[in-house]
Amino acid sequence: MYAPVQPMHIPDGFLSTLVSVVFWVISAISVAYALRRVGKDLGERQVPLMGVLAAAIFAGQMLNFSVTGGTSGHLLGAALATILLGPWAAVIVLTSVVSIQALIFQDGGLLALGANLFNMAIVGVTVSYFVYTSIQKLARGKSWGVFIGGAVAAWLSIVIASLAAALELALSGTSPANISVPAMGGIHMLIGIGEGLITIGALAFLYAARRDLLRTGEAAPKGGAAVWTFGLGIALVLAVLSPLASAHPDGLLWVARQEGFLNAARAPLYHVIQNYTFPGISNAKLATIAAGILGTLLVFGTALGVAYWRRKKA
Amino acid sequence: MHIHFLDPYRPRNSPIHALDGRVKFVLTVAFILAASLTPVAAWPVYILLCALIFSVEILSGLGVGYVLKRALLALPFVLAAFPVIFTNGETVLFSFPIGPWMLTAHAEGLARFISVALKSWLSVQAAIIMASSTPFPELLQAMRAVGIPRLLVSIFGLMWRYTFVLVDEALRLMRARAARSGRSGEAGHRTAIPAGYHPRRGHREGVNVLWRARVTGGMAGNLFLRAFERSDRIYVAMLARGYDGEVRLLPLPPMTGATWGALLAGLALLGLLLSFGILFWG
Repeated sequence: MYAPVQPMHIPDGFLSTLVSVVFWVISAISVAYALRRVGKDLGERQVPLMGVLAAAIFAGQMLNFSVTGGTSGHLLGAALATILLGPWAAVIVLTSVVSIQALIFQDGGLLALGANLFNMAIVGVTVSYFVYTSIQKLARGKSWGVFIGGAVAAWLSIVIASLAAALELALSGTSPANISVPAMGGIHMLIGIGEGLITIGALAFLYAARRDLLRTGEAAPKGGAAVWTFGLGIALVLAVLSPLASAHPDGLLWVARQEGFLNAARAPLYHVIQNYTFPGISNAKLATIAAGILGTLLVFGTALGVAYWRRKKA
Repeated sequence: MHIHFLDPYRPRNSPIHALDGRVKFVLTVAFILAASLTPVAAWPVYILLCALIFSVEILSGLGVGYVLKRALLALPFVLAAFPVIFTNGETVLFSFPIGPWMLTAHAEGLARFISVALKSWLSVQAAIIMASSTPFPELLQAMRAVGIPRLLVSIFGLMWRYTFVLVDEALRLMRARAARSGRSGEAGHRTAIPAGYHPRRGHREGVNVLWRARVTGGMAGNLFLRAFERSDRIYVAMLARGYDGEVRLLPLPPMTGATWGALLAGLALLGLLLSFGILFWG
């Protein structure tokens, strides 16, 4: 009856020392900043609220439901925390959960904690925030925005976080990217469905019982735009980088060997847009990246445009 | 302190338990760092690190068996490193066909895989010893001593305190669900229902995955709401006792000479092992 072992918590030994230290630095800076922001917003309420809610997310991860044949789905909670508390507080809550899991339950390593914090507390929260607020804007206060937004945020935050973990493993030379990315991504596309369903259930309960809590999460905090942009950036970078990296089994070393990379005539493993070649870019991979970025920007540009237009009309 | 099945602390009368929490914290991180920096295939160093961790396990009175059993938890992740055997290196060990592909195992890849597995196995043991031999308040002190912001440390402390309360709450929710939705599909539930038992018509029992996920979601929302309201009550109770937002903690106990000695000796030993590994295999 210990806390469930989750495939996304990287244990010690799997990341190279350099990768571990770099992610420690990134996470420490981000968490310190989030701590200051939350302190400003909540003041003296910060310690009791964050502490108890972190305990709630930890306990909530024990709630599971059987999917099929002995496997079960359970909550990770990044999206739910982000929706209910806003991005800064969610970073602190998830930092507490992930740190205690590593420190006490050896669920994830101590040296690898920096990377795990980055994946779950920072990538998970910013991606959730970006997806949820975007869909929320589209729905203009309609209730479906809460549910669809929550479900998509939950699913995508899990998948993108797992891609980050897969790339960290590949960067460390522990697991070749062409295996770790599809494997981690694939498993978490399934796990993410459970997460999405539980998040809908939780939001439905809270929508019925305490709608005001969902309202407070909605209010854009100061600096929300920065988090939104960061979430979009992370989602874009990982969605584009991981298929590319996985086309190159020797990890992300292609960055260092640009020449070989450009000469490789192999067709990309994943087509963001099938058989699409960008005018003026002869290289198939570059064209894929360009198409991927353009496609993502188009989708979200359209979404924002529609939201803006509808708001103006209202 | 509340005694709970979740708490990994195992009280023993041992020198490891008596050692200052700060020393254990720093030495555990140093051990994991040393294991991480040890070059691939430096087998003697791995054996020495293993001997070191086993001796600490015996010295702590926890026993090698206890620690190894808990260390199994981290084992499944080794699968992630498995493919490295086939993609890394030049010296061919053996190859066999799988469907249309030819899998070739390399000696360098195998060495890398075993090293990663060993590093992970040793590190998790060190972390288990620390968690099992150090009461949580001492770990909090250690975190303060190494410069983790006191605000974050207080949040950790409060979280740990209420983890037990809320885990109990979560278990009650699950018990209630088990009592109400007969065959929820969980292992063990099916056998608990006597043969020939037919539920009433319209009695919903674990209908399908979607239904079960929604119920679980409702429970999560419920748990969250209870925690939210509890945090309000805790805040009010703290205010009533004079809380003003400033986190006041007792000063850290002074580091005695013996404590410094243990810390420096441990670091020196790890440094020696590491430089041995890097010198000969790096």
